Amino acid sequence: MAIFDDPFDAERDIAPACVCGQHRSAAEHEQATLQLRCEPAESEEKRYESVVASAVMRAVFPQDAARRAFLKSVGASTALAVLSQFFPLKMAAEAFADAGTPEKKDLKVGFIPITCATPIIMGAPLGFYARHGLNVDVVKTAGWAVIRDKTINKEYDASHMLAPMPIAISLGLGAQPIPFAVPAIENINGQGITLAIKHKDKRDPRNWKGMKFAIPFDYSMHNYLLRYYLAEHGLDPDTDVQLRAVPPPEMVANLRADNIDGFLAPDNICQRAIYDGVGFLHVLSKEIWDGHPCCSFAASREFIATAPNSFAALTRAIVDATAYASNAENRRQIAEAIAPANYINAPVTVLEQVLTGAYADGLGGIKTDPKRVDFDPFPWQSFAVWMLTQMKRWGQIKGDVDYKTVAEQVYLATDTRKLMHEMGLSPPATVYKSFSVMGRTFDPDKPDDYLAGFKIRKAS
Amino acid sequence: MSASLRLRAAVVSIALFLAFLAVWHLATRSAGPAANMSPEYAKLMGATATQGKSAMPGPLDVGEKLWEHLRRPFYDNGPNDKGLGIQLGYSIARVGLGYLLAVVIAIPLGFLIGMSPLISRALDPFIQILKPISPLAWMPLALYTIKDSGLSAIFVIFICSVWPMLINTAFGVAGVRKEWINVARTLEVGTIRRAFTVILPAAAPTILTGMRISIGIAWLVIVAAEMLVGGTGIGYFVWNEWNNLSIVNVIIAIFLIGLVGMLLDQVLARVTRLVTFPE
Repeated sequence: MAIFDDPFDAERDIAPACVCGQHRSAAEHEQATLQLRCEPAESEEKRYESVVASAVMRAVFPQDAARRAFLKSVGASTALAVLSQFFPLKMAAEAFADAGTPEKKDLKVGFIPITCATPIIMGAPLGFYARHGLNVDVVKTAGWAVIRDKTINKEYDASHMLAPMPIAISLGLGAQPIPFAVPAIENINGQGITLAIKHKDKRDPRNWKGMKFAIPFDYSMHNYLLRYYLAEHGLDPDTDVQLRAVPPPEMVANLRADNIDGFLAPDNICQRAIYDGVGFLHVLSKEIWDGHPCCSFAASREFIATAPNSFAALTRAIVDATAYASNAENRRQIAEAIAPANYINAPVTVLEQVLTGAYADGLGGIKTDPKRVDFDPFPWQSFAVWMLTQMKRWGQIKGDVDYKTVAEQVYLATDTRKLMHEMGLSPPATVYKSFSVMGRTFDPDKPDDYLAGFKIRKAS
Repeated sequence: MSASLRLRAAVVSIALFLAFLAVWHLATRSAGPAANMSPEYAKLMGATATQGKSAMPGPLDVGEKLWEHLRRPFYDNGPNDKGLGIQLGYSIARVGLGYLLAVVIAIPLGFLIGMSPLISRALDPFIQILKPISPLAWMPLALYTIKDSGLSAIFVIFICSVWPMLINTAFGVAGVRKEWINVARTLEVGTIRRAFTVILPAAAPTILTGMRISIGIAWLVIVAAEMLVGGTGIGYFVWNEWNNLSIVNVIIAIFLIGLVGMLLDQVLARVTRLVTFPE
């Protein structure tokens, strides 16, 4: 997928060749929708320069045909050189990069020490916040309820939250309703079902009746995915098994102490259980729903209203960090940067296995899956709609839900798309997409039909 | 205590400690390398899985780590990683603030309750209900209303240390011998002067006993409170190392918590001895 809609490319078709108009060919569009992700540019300065250069090129030759003729006659690099003669591209790119002075420079961002928070955490040691003119303290927090309260209390300006949490807070589930918004998703995939070693011959979920599982929080993708997975195998998660909300670090200790049989947890916790020899990986969450969101970057509407430039700069830093993290080559460096006690506080080997996707499975085998965890900032509103269907399915929401209104209010896909365009990335053209979870297709336009298709659900 | 008894007690103490270390060392020895594990796989696994190392660290691991901490007690690697000295400092400061606040409120109120049977009866049901509540149960309420986690921790310290002081002060004040008060009354001493010159010295040992109980409870609670709120303090340190399943550091923190708790208690014990009088 082309990151830039490159005006220096003479071969580029003028008429859009694909459905959405973003890609050069239908094949490229296909590939892009399959991947649905943004690849990072080699360097940020280069990317901003390209954005500015593209804009200037378009301004000089507003006619596509004329621009094409010019490019064909002199070549793209000459065109760029000529252009830079007349126009100080470097200066313009610099001016563009620091658009809008942040109202508040010293910010506090809360995080939970798991690899889902990678972009938020690495923003500090790798300088992504500083590059956008912010001085951010990333503060480690004890649990999801605490991070929620501290963000609501304005001790944190923005936070790492589980993707369904901002929706739950905005709807007032388990808290007073306070409007929150999600400008960026942190990670996709990167979770897993880990079972105690003693269950290594009990791989069929149909035999799991009576087992005890831990999940990190009630309003989490982990909860919904585990329930979904169990229900697809004919188990009612409310009556056939026990689900407990347990803080991630205590999961490994509980697994060792035989208090639980397994958990659907964020990484590095799954890998940590393997590393300590107490569990094995049953399935990656990727095998339940490839490309599912997990954690989000969230802020209150109030913060966005009072400090819009700070918020925009933060979002840019997070999007940049996410793009950097999505490049597999950078993963080792990231693992080392976020392992110290000031950040995740975990052995580097464990983080490397999670981030590079070459990991020990706990049963003596080594597996490789570079997409075990991946990073994609785009906050698809269809993600929010899916979460709402599951909240309703398991009785967290009663009555009718205005899916799309809630999704639009909380998941700022439109704003993020604009911002990503400004940054020279090419975000997807739509805010809803269809996807499939364990072979069941989800159509964001018909959430109620989707919900009606489930046999196992909480009677409302 | 005679010198020889003291010496013998010290010898027994040291012997017990050495025996404890020996048992600990033996119990946590590694069970030898696990069989049939490919070297590539072993590289990805921790020492507990590959070398059959006990999940519980031995005394040598703890000693080594403790030395590392003692050499650099005040380092600061950013908001989430500070030296043990700094963490203990934060905890002591929080306990100090909450505790002082409790002293300022509990002692005058205790005087009032002790001196007036009416107030004593009127406040009794409230005190009886509030006293047994676990201080940590206040935490969510505090976070929600005070909207500041640092202040919430101080509030929790305040609320847990206020009751023993209040009750002991009231008890001590009410228990001052009637003859002394009657003598003061005969000499026409005013209420304020009576409170300061007769009742306060007479009730001081009881009040200080209450204060000594309170500081012990406050120190117990701060660790739990900081584990909940996070950020800084020895409780946060325990939580952060627990997060990394680093039992070595947790043991070190437990040892230091005990040490500081003992010191705080000793300070108040000294002060109590100063105000105690023979009857």
